[in-house]
Amino acid sequence: MLADALLLQLGYNATLVTLGACLLGIAAGVAGTFLFLRKRALVSDAISHATLPGVGLAFIVMVSFGGDGRSLFGLLLGAGVSAAVGLLCVHWLATRTRLGEDAAIGAILSVFFGLGIVILTIIQTMNSGRQAGLEGFLLGSTAGMLRSDALLLAIAAAAVLALVMLLRRPLELAAFDPGYAEAAGWSLARIDLAMMGIVLVVTVVGLKVVGLILIVALLIVPAVSARFWTDRSDRVVLIAGIVGGVSGYVGAAVSAVAPALPTGPIIVLVGFALFLVSLLFSPGRGVLASVLTHWRYQRRVHMRQGLLALAQGQPIYEKLTHRLMYRAGLILPDGVATGDGQAAASKALLDETRWSIVRADQSFAAAATRYDGLTAIEEFLTKDQLREVDRRIAAPQAVL
Amino acid sequence: MGAEFVALSLPSMLIGICVAVACALPGNFLLLRRQALIGDAISHVVLPGIVVAFLLTGLVATGPMLVGAAAAAVLAVVAIEAIRRLGRIEAGAAMGVVFTAMFAGGVLLLEQSDTSNVHLDVEHALFGNLESLIWLDATGWRSLLDLDALATIPVELPRMAVALIVICAFLYVFWRPLSVSTFDEGYAQGLGIATAPLGLALVVISAIAAVAAFDAVGSIIVIAMFICPPAAARMVTNRLGHQVAWSAAFAALAAIIGYVLAGYGPLWLGAYGSVSAAGMIATVSGVILAIAALAGPHRAPTA
Repeated sequence: MLADALLLQLGYNATLVTLGACLLGIAAGVAGTFLFLRKRALVSDAISHATLPGVGLAFIVMVSFGGDGRSLFGLLLGAGVSAAVGLLCVHWLATRTRLGEDAAIGAILSVFFGLGIVILTIIQTMNSGRQAGLEGFLLGSTAGMLRSDALLLAIAAAAVLALVMLLRRPLELAAFDPGYAEAAGWSLARIDLAMMGIVLVVTVVGLKVVGLILIVALLIVPAVSARFWTDRSDRVVLIAGIVGGVSGYVGAAVSAVAPALPTGPIIVLVGFALFLVSLLFSPGRGVLASVLTHWRYQRRVHMRQGLLALAQGQPIYEKLTHRLMYRAGLILPDGVATGDGQAAASKALLDETRWSIVRADQSFAAAATRYDGLTAIEEFLTKDQLREVDRRIAAPQAVL
Repeated sequence: MGAEFVALSLPSMLIGICVAVACALPGNFLLLRRQALIGDAISHVVLPGIVVAFLLTGLVATGPMLVGAAAAAVLAVVAIEAIRRLGRIEAGAAMGVVFTAMFAGGVLLLEQSDTSNVHLDVEHALFGNLESLIWLDATGWRSLLDLDALATIPVELPRMAVALIVICAFLYVFWRPLSVSTFDEGYAQGLGIATAPLGLALVVISAIAAVAAFDAVGSIIVIAMFICPPAAARMVTNRLGHQVAWSAAFAALAAIIGYVLAGYGPLWLGAYGSVSAAGMIATVSGVILAIAALAGPHRAPTA
C-alpha cells in the first residue's frame, strides 16, 4: 500500500496531491533558505497563523453571496489577504514601535489566530457552516480532496516554484551578502518585500496540505538541515530544495495511505527525520563527525604525552595512554618500551626540543604560532630552517 | 446577574483572569529579554508531553499531565540549545524546528491513540473550552461562603490560582536579580548573580503558567497573554514595576471583556449562540495592544 503510494499508483487525485506537495516542498525549502539566512525564520509563523481569519471571512462572504463557501480558490484568496495584513502589522509593530520583531511576531500570530477561532465558531453556528471542513486548514488534510482542488494545488505549487526560481539571484545575494547586494545597487527593502511575498504565497498554497500551524516547519527545517551539509550558498539552496521536496513527497504519500491522519504532521515529521540524519551524520558539523574528531584528537594527545614520558624514562600510569601505546606496539604490557617505542619516543623528544627552540626565537614567530604540542615540526619548517634549529641544540658531550 | 452568573460565568471568568495574569507576569521578562517567542514554543511542546503522560497512565489527571508537559518543555529547551550549539544555528530557527516537530508528533500520537472517551483532542488543545467550566452547585453569591458548594467548583480554578500564587512568589523573591539580569546581564554576573540558572528558572516558571493554563483555555490564549499585555504595557511606561502592574491590569481587562463579548456579544448583535471565549480574549488583548501601539506615551522605537 505504502509502496503503491510512493510509486504514485493510488489514483489520479492522490498522484496530483503527492506531486503538488513535492513541488510545494521544493519551493518552501528554497524560499525558507533565504528567510533562514536573513534570520527571519519565524516571521513565517506569524504569516501562517494570520491566514485563519481570512479563511473564515472568505467562507462567510462566499456563503452570503449564495455559494456553498467551499471553493478552495476563494478560501486561499481570503487567506492571502489576511496574511498580508498580518505581515504588514508585524512590520509596522517592529519598525514603528519599540517592540522587537519577536514580540511583534508573537502578538500578531496569537491575536490573528484568536480572531480566526472566533470567526470559526461563528461559522459553526451558521446553517451552512456545520460541514465547512475549515478545521482541515489547521493541520492539513488531503484526504477526499476534490479533483479540481488537487489540480489547483499542483498548478499553484508549480507556479510558486517557478516564481522562486525566477527571483533566486537577488534573494541569494541579499541572504548571503546584504552589504554587497546594496553596493551592487539592489534595494534590500525591496528584496525583503519580494522574499516575504514568496513566503506568503508558499504559506497560502501549503495551507490545505500542511495546515497553518505547521507550515512554518516546511520553510525552516529544510534550510536548517541543508546548513549542516555545506557552507556554499548555491548548495544550501539546492539541498534545502531536495529536503523539502522529499518531505512533501513522502509525507503526502504516507498520508494517502492513512487518510484518517492529518497530512501536515506527517510531512513535518518526515522533514524532521531528514533533519535528524543531517544533525547526526553530516560531515563537518554533524554530531558523529565532531565526536570522531574529538576522539582522534584525544588519541593523538595521549600518544604524544606517552611517548614523551617514555623518552624521559617516566612510567606510564594513565590507562588509555597505556592501552593505546601497547596496541601500537610501542610498549610491552609491563610498560617497557619496545625498539619501535624507543625510536618514536626519541623522535617525539627531539620534536619537542626543536619546538622549544623555535618558540623561544623571535625570528621563528610565524612558525611558533602553529605549535599545538602534537604536530611534527617538519610540517612547518624547511630543511634549512631545521638545520639551523638543530645547530642550536647543544651537541652531546662526553662526560669527563 | 445572580445565581445564573455565579454558576455559569463567574468560575470561567475567574479562571480566565488567573490564566491571563499568570502568563502576562513572566511574559514581561521574556519580552524584555527578547525571548517573547518562548511562550509560543512552550505552548506547542506541552501537547506531546500531555499526550505521552496520558498514554502512559491512561487517565486525564493533573499530576501526570503536569509532569509530562514539564518534561516535554525541558526536553524542548535542551534540544533547542543542542541544535543551536552543534549546528551553530540561529535560536529562532532552532526553536522553529523543535516545536513544530514536537507538536506534529503530539498530534499524530493523539490521533493514533484511542482518546475518544476522554476529553483530549487537538482542537481542545488549541483553543480549550473555557465556557464549559461551570459550577453546578452554585445557587448565588452566597455559595462562595458555602463549603459544600465550594467543593464542587471547577478544579481548574484552584489549580490556576495556585499557579498564579507560585508565579507571584517567584517574581517577588527574585525580583531584583531578575530585573538586573534582564537589563544588564554582564553587570548581573559581576554582582555574582547566577544568570544562566535564573534564565532557566524563568523558562520553567513560564512553562508552569503555560501548562496550568493549557488544560483550561488551550494554547492560543497562553501565547497571546505571554506577549500582548506586556507589549502593551511596555508602550505605557518606562519603569519595570509599572510595566508589570500595567500588564497584569491589561491581562485581566482582556480576560473580562473577552469573556463577556464572547458570551453575550452575539446576543447583543441579535444572533444566538456564543463564540469561542479563548479566541475572543486573545482578540481583545490584540485590540488593547493596538490602542497602546497607536497612543501609548512610550510607543516610539528606542534609538
